[in-house]
Amino acid sequence: MDPTLIGQALLNGILFGGVYSLMAVGLSLIFGVMRVVNFAHGDMMVWGMYLALVLAERARLDPYLGFVLCAGLLFLLGAVVQRVLVDRVVDSAHEMQILLMLGVALVLENTALVIFGPDPQRVASPLTTATIWLGPLFVDVARLTTFVVAIALTIALYLFLARTRPGQMIRAAADNTYGALVVGVNVPRVYMVAFGIGAACVGAAGALVSAFLPFQPASGLSASVTSFNIVIIGGMGSLLGAFCGGLAVSIAESLGAVFLSPSLKELVSFSLLVLILLFRPAGLFGRRTP
Amino acid sequence: MRWAGLVLVALLLALPAILSSYAITIFIVIFFYAFLGQAWNIVGGYAGQLSIGHAAFVGVGAYTAAILARDTGLTPWVGMFVGGACAAALGTVIGYLGFRFGLRGFYFALLTVAFAEIARIVTANLEATGGALGLYITFTGDPRQFQFSSNLPHYYIALALMLVATGVAGGIERRRLGAYLAAIRDDEAASEALGVNSFRYKMIAIVISAFLTGMGGTFYAFYFLSLQPNTVFGVPFSVEIALRAIVGGSGTLLGPILGSFLLTPLAEFSRAYFATGGWTGVHLIAYGLLLIVVVLFLPQGVYPYLRRLVGEGQRS
Amino acid sequence: MAALLEVEQVSKRFGGLQAVKELSLTVTEGEIVALIGPNGAGKTTAFALISGFLHPDAGQIRFRGQSTVGRTPHQLCALGIARTFQIVRPFLRLTVMRNVVVGALLRHPHVPTATARAEAVLEEVGLAAKRDQPASRLTLADRKRLELARALATEPALLLLDEVMAGLNPIETERLVELIRAINRRGVTMLLIEHVMRAVMAISQRVVVLSGGQQIAEGPPARVSCDPRVIEAYLGDEHVGAAQG
Repeated sequence: MDPTLIGQALLNGILFGGVYSLMAVGLSLIFGVMRVVNFAHGDMMVWGMYLALVLAERARLDPYLGFVLCAGLLFLLGAVVQRVLVDRVVDSAHEMQILLMLGVALVLENTALVIFGPDPQRVASPLTTATIWLGPLFVDVARLTTFVVAIALTIALYLFLARTRPGQMIRAAADNTYGALVVGVNVPRVYMVAFGIGAACVGAAGALVSAFLPFQPASGLSASVTSFNIVIIGGMGSLLGAFCGGLAVSIAESLGAVFLSPSLKELVSFSLLVLILLFRPAGLFGRRTP
Repeated sequence: MRWAGLVLVALLLALPAILSSYAITIFIVIFFYAFLGQAWNIVGGYAGQLSIGHAAFVGVGAYTAAILARDTGLTPWVGMFVGGACAAALGTVIGYLGFRFGLRGFYFALLTVAFAEIARIVTANLEATGGALGLYITFTGDPRQFQFSSNLPHYYIALALMLVATGVAGGIERRRLGAYLAAIRDDEAASEALGVNSFRYKMIAIVISAFLTGMGGTFYAFYFLSLQPNTVFGVPFSVEIALRAIVGGSGTLLGPILGSFLLTPLAEFSRAYFATGGWTGVHLIAYGLLLIVVVLFLPQGVYPYLRRLVGEGQRS
Repeated sequence: MAALLEVEQVSKRFGGLQAVKELSLTVTEGEIVALIGPNGAGKTTAFALISGFLHPDAGQIRFRGQSTVGRTPHQLCALGIARTFQIVRPFLRLTVMRNVVVGALLRHPHVPTATARAEAVLEEVGLAAKRDQPASRLTLADRKRLELARALATEPALLLLDEVMAGLNPIETERLVELIRAINRRGVTMLLIEHVMRAVMAISQRVVVLSGGQQIAEGPPARVSCDPRVIEAYLGDEHVGAAQG
């Protein structure tokens, strides 16, 4: 096989991995803090994409600037969903939480379907036409920008959690809800903020890929499934695991698309998932047995 | 209780005599969804292992029977069981991965979704399955091909499927398996301490459930005569199956049937109404809202609620 | 009498915490042995190791001469080791009867026989009148009885009771002590964790004292309670009062 082709696939995999990481970090944060699996994660991503589309068409805002606004709006959506719905089932059985989030997912997906229709769309951005050549390999400027921004956002989130007071509160709540209550953390507010941040991450991820990845309302499900895969592979609740898992899955899919067929690339990440569940069910970075 | 059930069955047997042809088709779909909901109920309700991927079992069963009929001429009456076996094999794999190591419950839920998605992708990419365009079965009206010139036979077949699944669920409920599944659903560690091999019984539950659901695939294929990967493996279909049992009361014998009688007509009418108006997504928004409402206000489903109401009514 | 349970040099560590360290103890058939010690001494961990919920890092556990290491809780239950949980875990959605039937089904796979068996056990523990109530409606004292009944229904040779007296008033304690004695007279060997020293003194033939994951004393209750090492282990602990009472 042509080494250039493999090199190109590797490079594409790494570049797209930033987005996967950002999606998975958002999911993992929500799960880590309140042990709720956000089944509407992918649909929130799709809403990030459509918001980017609306901003581009109505306000002529390039998605590479508009993503900030999309993240902000998704933060609000996430916070509202948490406060109004998730908060009532935080202590319920997990199947109830899953069903509730599934309900939210159906509503989000089909509201998008009613408003925007079923046809695939893409947001126009001048960045998509520019390419840089690195020897025999080419780098799509849009994808490069997406990668840089996604990684920067992930690092910013990490610093926020590690260095700031609200971030420490979120971590405290994730470690031990009861302990956090005792030391005076406003747990309900922390939950709301954490869900908002998780949604903002995936919303930003959606806006950042909207210029080169065609999307439609039904895209949400496969984005959710990919996020679940990454988070299980990395280790439920581990942010580092989500970050590395995102890169790993993206590279694997990209190589898989070269060796197998592009339409079967999801099978690659899925095989990874099965292997992880067989041999390391806690995930690559999970410490405890789940 | 027993005679009430018998009267009801007799009523359903005699019902087609006074029903219009359109009403019969509605009842066929009601029975079929009650059957699928009941099959789901065995693992999702009694065992408490939430599956959001039961469409995968329907799909595997449907494609198996349809392809066998097309390529080898095997009658769907036998293909039905082959399809069930294939679905059971898939269930074994999902259960093995999801139930090992005492993984938390949501792993199973995530796996069921993931496997249904993968089944969809694979089916859409294989030539033998007709790819993304789907697989169409030509109508012959030949009973050996599970086809009939009137819809009356399908009415009775669907009714029989519903009764068989309910019989299976009832049998489980009365036996050791049922007591163990209820215990596992309540507290897995405590059941283990009482000698219950929870992995084993959860596996039995998913295999039975997947087998029955897979058998339903044959009905799906040869009643609707068209299989499309996006529909037959789709999450909305899985949700529809689970929703029947959950709304009616998951883990109860009558829940899925009640759920289907409540939801199916609603779904049929709203689908017909909104789809003709061009509002394709609206009935799914309604499903989503319904799920949210049920979780928040009626988490145990309608049947236990009704039973409590009746109980209180008798006491006062 | 033959040794029913032998724990030899068993250790278990959780991260930086050595929960159980080179613990050895033997329970002879027919005995009632109490495992006591201050909070965090490793008693519940020891129970989890014996009942298969945890696996030891080192050491050997034998039941009737057979190694149990690596076996799962349900396998050990089938061999004849039953346990109760410190924080009771009844199946809340099931009736009292159904709870016990689940235990009885281990030896009687048919529901009617298991039901008959469960009936007898409920009679024995004094819960027969409440058989059709959901377990969620029971008081704490009754839940503890139910926990005991369920374990008993599996017809164990060795019964591990984790603080079945905690939270009961003196009269309830008295009744439960009687019940445990009666069960023991039927030939069920018992290992119990207990903080209620009055109960320990009343029923156990032998006491094993743990502190810091290790055994520090062993012997008849009267002798152990005067042992200076034991008093030291409890000193400063919140259970000093209980230890002397």
